[in-house]
Amino acid sequence: MINIRIDGKPLSVADGTTIMEAADSIGIRIPRLCYHPDLSLEGACRVCIVEVIGVPFFMASCSVKVWEGMEINTCSPEIREARRDIIELILDNHPKDCQTCQRDGNCELQRLAYLHGVRERLFEGKRKNLPIDNTSKSVVRNPNKCILCGRCFRVCEEVQSVSNLCQQHRGFNTEVAPAHSVNMDESVCIQCGQCINVCPTAAFLEQDHTERVWEAIADPEKIVVVQIAPSIRAAIGEGFGLEPGTPIVGQMVAALRKLGCDVIFDTDFSADLTIMEESHEFLQRVTKGTGPLPMLTSCSPGWVNFVEKFYPEFIPNCSSCKSPMSMMSALTKTWYAEHEDIDPKKIFNVAIMPCTAKKYEMARPQLADADGTPHTDAVLTTRELIWMIKCYGIDMLALEDEPFDSPMGLATGAGDIFGTTGGVMEAALRTAAVKLSGKPLEELEFKDVRAVEGLREVTVNVAGTEIKLAIANGLGNARKVLDSVKSGEKEFHLIEIMACPGGCINGGGQPYPPTGQYVLNKELRAKRAEALYKLDKDKKYRSSHENPDIVKLYEDYLGEQGGHKAHELLHTSYTPNYPRGV
Amino acid sequence: MQELNENINKVYDEAKATLTPEVVEFINECLQKERSESELINVLHKVQAINGWLSSKQLDAVALLLDVPASQVSGVASFYHFFRLKERGKNIINVCLGTACYVKGAQQIIDKITELKGITPGETSQDKLYTLDASRCLGTCGLAPVVIINDDVHACVKPEDIESLLARYE
Repeated sequence: MINIRIDGKPLSVADGTTIMEAADSIGIRIPRLCYHPDLSLEGACRVCIVEVIGVPFFMASCSVKVWEGMEINTCSPEIREARRDIIELILDNHPKDCQTCQRDGNCELQRLAYLHGVRERLFEGKRKNLPIDNTSKSVVRNPNKCILCGRCFRVCEEVQSVSNLCQQHRGFNTEVAPAHSVNMDESVCIQCGQCINVCPTAAFLEQDHTERVWEAIADPEKIVVVQIAPSIRAAIGEGFGLEPGTPIVGQMVAALRKLGCDVIFDTDFSADLTIMEESHEFLQRVTKGTGPLPMLTSCSPGWVNFVEKFYPEFIPNCSSCKSPMSMMSALTKTWYAEHEDIDPKKIFNVAIMPCTAKKYEMARPQLADADGTPHTDAVLTTRELIWMIKCYGIDMLALEDEPFDSPMGLATGAGDIFGTTGGVMEAALRTAAVKLSGKPLEELEFKDVRAVEGLREVTVNVAGTEIKLAIANGLGNARKVLDSVKSGEKEFHLIEIMACPGGCINGGGQPYPPTGQYVLNKELRAKRAEALYKLDKDKKYRSSHENPDIVKLYEDYLGEQGGHKAHELLHTSYTPNYPRGV
Repeated sequence: MQELNENINKVYDEAKATLTPEVVEFINECLQKERSESELINVLHKVQAINGWLSSKQLDAVALLLDVPASQVSGVASFYHFFRLKERGKNIINVCLGTACYVKGAQQIIDKITELKGITPGETSQDKLYTLDASRCLGTCGLAPVVIINDDVHACVKPEDIESLLARYE
């Protein structure tokens, strides 16, 4: 143990502790900006400087480890003044448009400036004036708001192993951009949106789809059909001040009706449908060899992008099933339109997703009508929906619960858990095991595949057959498992991959956490996941094949699983994307 | 599946063709080392030595073969002043703008080159024959004004000499 003093208070901490960690342990929160607990240390912003007695300069508390006898002042007048100067200098090269900025009210830089008493802008220097990169379907890059803290390229490299972003050029001209400063659309970006989640300012944002949704709602000709992804209900409450992990379902449906949406379906329903098709495809591959093993799940569009750009050799392994979102959108414009006798051209499909990459997915040519019209017309992130509800002035938490609409509103617990890592696997096992053994399951919950911290390998015994599974979340972990399969070191039957760490509950479109909490935080993720498992537990039906509306859909319209109609509407294809990413 | 593998191999073959066999071999040697990514700058030096600058295609090829993300290769190449990301001409004209050369009329030499070839310092002529650079003191003030073309030093150059001087380097 090392004995130190912080602001006169003696304490002993373990060897290797940083000044910041030591201060945190006694309730002193040294201000910080580029620091992120789940990423490597950058030491770029200098906001967390402290005074160490005997050292002639201020030290960055995030990266300096304590030594025996160290005496630290965290808040002397000199330190406060130096910190304020540093923040003023960062602000000097930052636009003065807080009131019209999308991050107004939840910007870390804005909060820091207020907290440190910056009340006027004293410096007036040269300011960068770079073009805003609006080319990507999902992620907007605004280099003028960037303060070069480096969280975005750290998450891109260290968590996602995509490394699309890096600092380019030097000095005043430094810019965080893809290779050769090409625009985001031409880059190897897989559009997961984790850069948006970790950015302290508005240098990265999602493409805004709210305007087209307002327009569709206001258009009397349009029938606005909304679907809500499983993980939204685990996180939307945070946008209204609720504790993380508080599930909200009925009030969210009520709020969407108040907004003026005509029909509200549950993406959980089409998650059940995905499981029907995916488990069928999987069993065909295992028993009849209709496709290569391991089969890889394909409902995470960030992951689909990753496989197309980085691991094209695994494309034949990917399940051909569309994601639940795209299955639902295809069905609303075909089956539902026929069922209700409405012109599919009048249907405006809105998907509420935890994900920025879904904005890209909806524009994939494989997921459009014969005339090129996308099946999904708009994708709103959880953040965008929260904003729309607040913009309208709806007090969501005061509303009475309302149910989803029929015929695509009834879902099983298997659909609920789709939103967290291991959920697709568990849902698939619940159905596949019954099909394989021909009898009901003794234990429905596959707890071995839950709460996966990045990567887990599990072997389950289903009706005497050993099935080897792997679950990966975060693309860095996906890379590890794919490399082990490629080298022949490991063999699996089925691998579930989610692009975002923790799965959709931590997607690139989920609410920004409150001050002092971080988006990659494991406890936050665990709470959101718990909300979904709770919903699952309370459901009457918990396996997809038990869903009476799914059974009816197959009887009335789709025919057999994996049959002709199902293939036409519920399956898709993938294309390798060259040049291949590194 | 077979077509897919062929296409992937093609990507690697194209990357190799973008670089010279010597560079590809050097990269393979680097890959044997424990921290091969730290050889990136050495590889870039080798690539630049061949045609005087680094194209984005070459940077991508280095990224693929050395297994370093392209964004980082481009980040390193754009950080260091020595690495040139713009195409260079066949002949490099370096005009000294140190104090002595400047006093003796080096700026007029640059102006003359701009007039004749339409290039300012840092630029390359459209016919790709000349790239104009300006340096600070080259340390041979007694010869001012000094112009170095490729490896040849030209002393006491006058603006009116430029046209015939450049004609020797076509």
